[in-house]
Amino acid sequence: MCCMIDSDIPIINSKLLREKIQENSIRIVDVRREQEYQQGHITNSVNLPLAKLLADDSSESIQKIAQDLGISDETPAVIYDDTFGALSSRVVWALQYIGHKDVKLLDVTFSQWKDLGYEISTEVPEIETATHSVKINSEIMATAEYLEKVKENKNVVIIDNRERLNYLEQHIPGAINIPYRTLASDGKILRTKEGMKTLLKNRGISEDAEIITYCGSVGTLSGLAYYALKSIGVPNVKLYVHSFKEWKSLEKPIDKQENANYWDLSAE
Amino acid sequence: MAQQLRPSKPADKQSKIDWSRRQEAENFAETVKLFRQGKIDPDMFRRFRLQHGAYGTRMTDDYAMVRIKVPAGQVYPNQLEKIAQLSEMYSIGSAHFSTRENIQLHWVILEDVSEIMQSLSDVGMTSREACGNTVRNVMCSPMSGVCKDEIFDTTPYALAIARFMLRNPICQGLPRKFKFNFTCCEKHGMIRIVDVGLLPQIQEIDGEKRKGFKIFLGGGLGNRSFVGHQLEDFTPVEDLLYTSMAVIRIFDRMGDRKNLSRNRMRYLVNDLGWEKFQNLVLKERAVVKATQSVIVKLNIDDSVNEIQRPISVNDESASVPDGYARWEKTNVEKQSQSGFNSVFIGLEAGDITANQLRSVAEIIRDYSAEGFARNGFSQNIVIRYVHDDDLKSMYSRLIENGLAKTGSLTMASAVGCSGTTSCNLALTNSHRLAKEVQRKFLELNYDEDDDLKDSTIKISGCPNSCGQHQIATIGFYGGGGRHGTDMFPNYTMSLGGKFDEDAMLGHHTARVPVKRIIPVILKIIELFKENKQSDDTLAKWIDRVVSGNESSKITGVDDIKKAIAPLIVPPNVEDEPDFYMDYGSDTNYHTVTGKGECAA
Ligand code: HEM
Ligand code: SF4
Repeated sequence: MCCMIDSDIPIINSKLLREKIQENSIRIVDVRREQEYQQGHITNSVNLPLAKLLADDSSESIQKIAQDLGISDETPAVIYDDTFGALSSRVVWALQYIGHKDVKLLDVTFSQWKDLGYEISTEVPEIETATHSVKINSEIMATAEYLEKVKENKNVVIIDNRERLNYLEQHIPGAINIPYRTLASDGKILRTKEGMKTLLKNRGISEDAEIITYCGSVGTLSGLAYYALKSIGVPNVKLYVHSFKEWKSLEKPIDKQENANYWDLSAE
Repeated sequence: MAQQLRPSKPADKQSKIDWSRRQEAENFAETVKLFRQGKIDPDMFRRFRLQHGAYGTRMTDDYAMVRIKVPAGQVYPNQLEKIAQLSEMYSIGSAHFSTRENIQLHWVILEDVSEIMQSLSDVGMTSREACGNTVRNVMCSPMSGVCKDEIFDTTPYALAIARFMLRNPICQGLPRKFKFNFTCCEKHGMIRIVDVGLLPQIQEIDGEKRKGFKIFLGGGLGNRSFVGHQLEDFTPVEDLLYTSMAVIRIFDRMGDRKNLSRNRMRYLVNDLGWEKFQNLVLKERAVVKATQSVIVKLNIDDSVNEIQRPISVNDESASVPDGYARWEKTNVEKQSQSGFNSVFIGLEAGDITANQLRSVAEIIRDYSAEGFARNGFSQNIVIRYVHDDDLKSMYSRLIENGLAKTGSLTMASAVGCSGTTSCNLALTNSHRLAKEVQRKFLELNYDEDDDLKDSTIKISGCPNSCGQHQIATIGFYGGGGRHGTDMFPNYTMSLGGKFDEDAMLGHHTARVPVKRIIPVILKIIELFKENKQSDDTLAKWIDRVVSGNESSKITGVDDIKKAIAPLIVPPNVEDEPDFYMDYGSDTNYHTVTGKGECAA
């Protein structure tokens, strides 16, 4: 195992990954659509279209996916996408959910990788299936029921990662809004650790809080927030995987910013 | 994000002046924290926040509006890209171009404002003194330097004044906000509706040509509006700073600090009488001049801007894109420099998406030979020094990015203040109404009608005039109306406002329910068409009507009132429920306002 997969380093530096590409000891996973993958991907990466994971996110299914991709309990995995890290964070979360320890995001998107002139290929590497155990990590999962139960607790912070206008229009009562775009910085999918800490500090969010993130429907945008928080060492972060879509369908209470026509400020 | 990694084009021009001061961001963050902990008095915090360019937001203490100053309206591609990014990170994914050449981000969480300030420093921008009782953004006509009628380019003077006043101790606690506008000519600037308006002049003295200004003092719009007075025949450029300081010192000393609703300088001028005020200014100027222990000078950068046409992007074989003629007619102004044009980018009520901002930045790099853009006076952007041969290709690029809305230079581009989209004092959704009016005009091809070209429509959401309704040919400000027990948004319409050398405030003519505004405007245009003279324009005709000099069937405002009377009768709620709802709302109208900060 290589040094860069040291679990203290939260996110994989693209330069380092380049050097490690040829090593078969790590698994690079491209979560874009199959067609996009076929047109070119990071050399030696394998494809896991996010839709496949979302189709069935039972722990058995995640386990099978990991095994088919040749990811064993010990295989360090690096995930990337072309969507500012949101899709890949959702995959990271799923692997962590079944107990995988060493899985990280690449710090740039596929387009940025390509623009940097780094190695890409159309070749599909051979995959040897592996064995992966299932040790459910319930610490990182929030359900609607759980959220409803704890949301009044003083130590709980609920973060909505959708865009501002969607949040203003409706959100889970008590949730605060950190649009997913806030998490990025120039040319990197995430802020620096220091930048993340400043954001939390300004917002008065304690790193000791229990943080639950959610977004619109399947936990991608909030997956990125989950990952960003984890990556700076916030110990207790949970993803409300089924997010606001489920919350609404369950007819749970919703808050709204009243008496203002903010949508009319948008040029969309 | 991806584009930042792509190789950038060479010679990307950047602002020569850094308006920012990095420590202010951190200080702001700390102060917000103390305020939230209850350790700072809310009033003190409010003054501090406004001083740093953050307004409050409608019905909430959680959000702010950040007003980014753009002195002389001069904005660079890297700045636009930064604002695009900030709008996605901290605002609503769109930004707003204001009537005073500022760029605004709305619905920003107060705790995030410091991060915006920090990032603005990266591109030399500031929001400092964009609000509050300070010298607000110093404006300059977007045509300065390229206008056919200008005597000289006042941009360097506007920038120098902005630089001198920013963070200057003499401007930190004025009785009220203070506005400077520079222009190229009477037509392109709004010099008579601000505290200090400056028109360039050249005077020959002993065979020597000297630069100077006509200076107008004490104008301003608001609940009560006034037109500025000319200080003297000619003020040489050497006296610009002394005169400005003299005026500010008098205002600082004598301005009304108690009565918040009438403490703009125009009230002082009005109370003293012009002659007395004028004398005071001239005397004070002499004192300022005589008592400067160190010579204070404006830092005027008179160096010529480099004009270099980017590699020609013109594709000879390309066919003329659809709609080109209409766009060119209504959005492009020829410059005094032959072969070059100023292209006006029309936005709906000043709103633009993050992606469009990025496109504008790219388009500036690809087409503007001066390498930056200017913010206009009517919630628009002007890209100048575009070569004749590049116009068609530029138009195609604008279309691709949803930026080729026609009618920027015409009556179709209605101005609307923030209204209920974000302003605490708003009574109506003036912002959306402006968009609706514009859409209707473009649908009817009214932007192509030469008779309407020199007219304007401006809309405010309450009597405070942020939408500048009083200087519009047809202006509106919002209020509430009642029919029985049911309320509806009801605007007061004024006709015949002007901001040029015959500056005049519009005449209140009628109250018009919001859902009748478009029909009433169309009716007025219809009356004009029926009664106009052969080479008339709507603005000229309305001018004659309001001043009682029209000899057709319509002899005065009363005839217009009569003609529109049937249109403005409220229907019963059951017959037309929509009448009782504002634009952008699906519930019955009621007025809600919060604590205003206009006097803060
Ligand atoms: C009594 C209170 C206020 C007065 C008298 C006032 C006056 C004005 C005036 C006269 C302008 C026109 C620009 C010019 O001078 O040429 C203006 C612009 C503006 N004001 Fe106010 N203002 C007030 C309160 C507010 C408040 C509470 C807000 C909302 C935060 C606001 C937002 C704006 C905006 C956004 C503009 C630029 C218009 C645009 O392009 O959107 N104003 N204000
Ligand atoms: S005119 Fe009234 S509604 Fe419009 S921005 Fe000004 S204070 Fe607000």
